[in-house]
Amino acid sequence: MKNKHELIEKNVGLFFIFTILAISIGGLVEITPLFFQAATNTPVDNLKPYTALQMEGRDIYIRDGCHTCHSQMIRPLRAETERYGHYSVAGEHVWEHPFLWGSKRTGPDLARVGGRYSDAWHIAHLYDPRSVVPESNMPAFKWLSENILDGELTGKKLEIFNRLTKNRSHKDAEGNPIPLYSAEEIAGAKSAVKGKTEMEALVAYLQSLGHALK
Amino acid sequence: MSSFWSIWITVLSLGTLVGCYLLLRMCLTNFAGVEEGESMGHSFDGIEELNNPLPGWWSKFFLVTIAWAFGYLLLYPGLGNWEGLLGWKSSNQGILSLAESKAMVTASKEAGLLVQYDREIAAANARYNPIFEAYAARSIEDLATDKAALKVGQRLFLHNCSQCHGSDARGATGFPDLSDKDWLYGGTPEAIKESIMHGRRAAGMMPWKAALGGEQGVKEVAAYVLSLSNRKVDTELAKAGQTKFALCMACHGTDGTGSLAMGIAIGAPNLTDNTWLYGNSPRSVEESIRNGRAGVMPAWKELLGKEKVHVISAYVYSLSQK
Repeated sequence: MKNKHELIEKNVGLFFIFTILAISIGGLVEITPLFFQAATNTPVDNLKPYTALQMEGRDIYIRDGCHTCHSQMIRPLRAETERYGHYSVAGEHVWEHPFLWGSKRTGPDLARVGGRYSDAWHIAHLYDPRSVVPESNMPAFKWLSENILDGELTGKKLEIFNRLTKNRSHKDAEGNPIPLYSAEEIAGAKSAVKGKTEMEALVAYLQSLGHALK
Repeated sequence: MSSFWSIWITVLSLGTLVGCYLLLRMCLTNFAGVEEGESMGHSFDGIEELNNPLPGWWSKFFLVTIAWAFGYLLLYPGLGNWEGLLGWKSSNQGILSLAESKAMVTASKEAGLLVQYDREIAAANARYNPIFEAYAARSIEDLATDKAALKVGQRLFLHNCSQCHGSDARGATGFPDLSDKDWLYGGTPEAIKESIMHGRRAAGMMPWKAALGGEQGVKEVAAYVLSLSNRKVDTELAKAGQTKFALCMACHGTDGTGSLAMGIAIGAPNLTDNTWLYGNSPRSVEESIRNGRAGVMPAWKELLGKEKVHVISAYVYSLSQK
């Protein structure tokens, strides 16, 4: 054959395979090794699992799309750490499924929002953001104070997180993994959240954010 | 990183660069068997493909980027465990605690600040710390008359405090107005600084409905409390409330002037000045009595540091001195 290019140019299947090979190299170099690094699999010393109520709050955070406007990722730049606190590290997020780093900041970063405002502020702000921050363009989430949690699935969620983080939990003195949640915690999960409002759960979640490196 | 992954990354990265170079070389060679500039033999709607070579400027530029990549990987960390000749790092990832993070910063200082983030912080500290240290050496009263210091204080306030207290510091329902002379924990420079540094947690107004004998008791006490500020109330109700107010005296004082008048910082407000943290309507006063209230001011020492808190204190202090 005179023109070797024609082999690829006229063969869609082969071209497809070569394209996949070419674009996968970036991922193979930059992403795959991270699955096996200690830095991305070891929880930071102070990392505590979410309580049952915080876990429900996290699901509400996902359901209502908070992560589309708020990031949870403080970059190592002074302009960010001055405002938000210590930059985020991988060890803080090893138990996140899925992670909620976000990719856009319409509102501020929330990676270390825990403890920054009082519960009362969060409740007022979520119910009507403009009652405390007149300049805010955040939507109001009024239904949060009306919706009541039944806790039917809470225990199951904790169980699933035990499974997901099996190889990335804290270790005891002998080096055995400590599951995130004990059997009692899973059994008591329903009663821990039943009757609580979604507002309480979300505020509990927000107040827990960033605790591990403060 | 284990040597397997280090080699994996190195081989793939360098292999890609070499591969790019070989591909470029191949494309620069005329394999087509057609003279350069001649037709490749297909024509669509009269448009022909000519066997033109890659533009010279483009292929030379490609070569430069490949050479650049080798230089970059030599100087900077990119190939697995290779740290680069410059020793440069963007930040200390992989830390497991704040203490470890601080130790790494010290180590980076000793090594001549090779960590980009630490370098950025050190440069900012060198520039701004002297300003804040000079402010810290002066009293809050003195700073409150310094226009430049107040401007810094206001900026910090807007960034960190305005979310609750408002950009004009006049507060919101449940969040104190800092521009008036009514204080829960004291308006002296020291008390203001203490509030910001360590935060405040109100001892907490308990829910009183049950203790007051139900809704009627709540209404009576609310009427009496409002009457303390010379508000128009049902005198019958207020009178009944006055006897029940005995329960409130432990925190709000016998005359209702609040805990601060008694010299204790538990955050029980003065009820006689017609300033209402949770709203001035009878309804909100009743709500406070019925279900209780508990204001919380977070502590800012860790996040802002005492020098910045000092300047913010001066700004807040200045607001009530006008």
